[in-house]
Amino acid sequence: MEETQANSGGADEPIPFMQQLMDNPFLLLFIGVTMPTVFYILWGIMEITAIPIAN
Amino acid sequence: MTINRDFRTCPDTGFKIHLPADKLIKWNAVSGVVFLMIGGLFGIAVALTRWPAVHLLPADWFYLALTAHGLDVLLVWLIFFEVAILYFASSVLLGSRLASPKAAWAGYWLMLIGAVMTNIAVLRGDSSVMFTSYVPMKAAPDFYLGIILFAVGALLACFVFFGTLVIAKQEKTYEGSVPLVTFGATVAAVIAVFTIAAGAIILVPTLLWSVGYISHIDTLMYKVVWWGMGHSSQQINVAAHIAVWYALAAILFGAKPLSEKVSRTAFLLYILFLQLASAHHLLVEPGLSSEYKIFNTSYAIYLAVLASMIHGLTVPGSVEAAQRKKGFNKGLFEWLRKAPWGNPAFSGFALSVVMFGFLGGISGVMMGTEQLNIIIHNTIYVPGHFHATVVTGTTLAFMALAYWLVPTLWQKELVLPGLAKWQPYLFGIGMGLVSVFMMGAGTLGVPRRHWDINFADAVMGYDFPGAAHLMMGLNGMAALMGALGGAIFILNMVGTILWGKPKTKAAEEEAPAPAPEPVVATYGNAGTMAVPGTFTLAMVFLVSFVLYYFVNWKYLAGVWPLS
Repeated sequence: MEETQANSGGADEPIPFMQQLMDNPFLLLFIGVTMPTVFYILWGIMEITAIPIAN
Repeated sequence: MTINRDFRTCPDTGFKIHLPADKLIKWNAVSGVVFLMIGGLFGIAVALTRWPAVHLLPADWFYLALTAHGLDVLLVWLIFFEVAILYFASSVLLGSRLASPKAAWAGYWLMLIGAVMTNIAVLRGDSSVMFTSYVPMKAAPDFYLGIILFAVGALLACFVFFGTLVIAKQEKTYEGSVPLVTFGATVAAVIAVFTIAAGAIILVPTLLWSVGYISHIDTLMYKVVWWGMGHSSQQINVAAHIAVWYALAAILFGAKPLSEKVSRTAFLLYILFLQLASAHHLLVEPGLSSEYKIFNTSYAIYLAVLASMIHGLTVPGSVEAAQRKKGFNKGLFEWLRKAPWGNPAFSGFALSVVMFGFLGGISGVMMGTEQLNIIIHNTIYVPGHFHATVVTGTTLAFMALAYWLVPTLWQKELVLPGLAKWQPYLFGIGMGLVSVFMMGAGTLGVPRRHWDINFADAVMGYDFPGAAHLMMGLNGMAALMGALGGAIFILNMVGTILWGKPKTKAAEEEAPAPAPEPVVATYGNAGTMAVPGTFTLAMVFLVSFVLYYFVNWKYLAGVWPLS
């Protein structure tokens, strides 16, 4: 049967975790800022600061 | 404080449109189109200078035009239009009032003042540092200040978008989850916040350095953080134009995604991994490890590439499912043959999907491979790639949306409907060829950002093969074709807004009656996975992808003969 609403199950059915995550824009914002900050910017800066300074 | 709760109902779609949002969408979209025109003119000058037989501009003017072109089209046009999309996807699609129109207007004016300030700094001739403005090249302080003001304005727009989501939920203007298009716009806004934060981290100290308060900025540190803004700003485009693809499929065909869950999960993969691709620009930096480069440039082991391929399958798949439901079931491709190819909103959308995937997507993955990147790093292949993603992908998708949005919001008829039918083909194919010829020339070693590949008067010259000169000439011709398409679009949009005939009642009656609730504003699946035509096209894509990838490994093997 065609699904018409994300939470189309019965009112008593718990909302799945992934749907709770995707329905919360501020949680998405947190994840979307944290991931690249850690893996791209912080990791990159740590590698640059570890480069020995020429004498 | 009084809250403006005035709405109008769109006679075409039935959307309840909050009046302040209506005005803000229009102003942001029009401002974007104006900067597209300005940036496009600079682009023609750049292309004609890089055409060896024409070589239009002297060196100083070339770098000035290149700086202005990059800034106006890569940043200003796209972000203005994306702000319009954010307000449309939140306020209009959710039928909600816009959060804080005053903050939205403050954001708009900051963006406009910032964009004008930076353009003036560039046109003055003392800030020809190109879009990347790599240190130690120093621009005038107002160049950096203008970009910072523009970014702060865009950040305000993102906050207004998130605020509108909160208001819509609180005031229960929708039930369940937000529509897929709004979800895609949320992803674009999330990426925008990271982009702007990275920009602030690097551009504020660079501004202080340009006025003399800071003595030194590390060049590698600058590159790492700047590309957190520079490349991520292009990922805002990707998320936004894919949201636009889903919107156009729903608006033009009443198409629902094959699977809401799969499409949303693909968008979630963008939030997690898309922005890591900024490291593409650092692949030849000796100070960074291979682990860092490979993890980031593979978008975390290709998970964001997987997301793009999911969208590339489900967007045409949703159109096929909708067309087959209407009875276009003959063979594999009747649904595609019977699509409205004369409607610029559809043809622009279709060309955008194909060229973004085949030209931009495949070349992007090739370039993001550490070993292969060395073949084309800093060659004109790189602008070839991003003209495919940003121009034939994003800009063409936005143009397609504008063909629906402008007549709908302004309630006016297009002034040049005959030319509009041809416009996406002229622009899309012209700019697609620009990408192909640039990538061809780049493969032959032609550098990017270079005023003269003839090396006239250079102490150490270099003779590029004749094919490279041919490619650059063809690139210039294709750019003129694309520019003609761009000019027709701008004429049509500006002409429609200023002089378009108001939509008559007769025209309204001819148009199909609006659905009680437009599909674009609802949650729901197509209810079928039987899309054999789309799966066939996806196989063609995958074979092309694999072949091109391995051809480049073969090419790499030939760079340093080991006999």
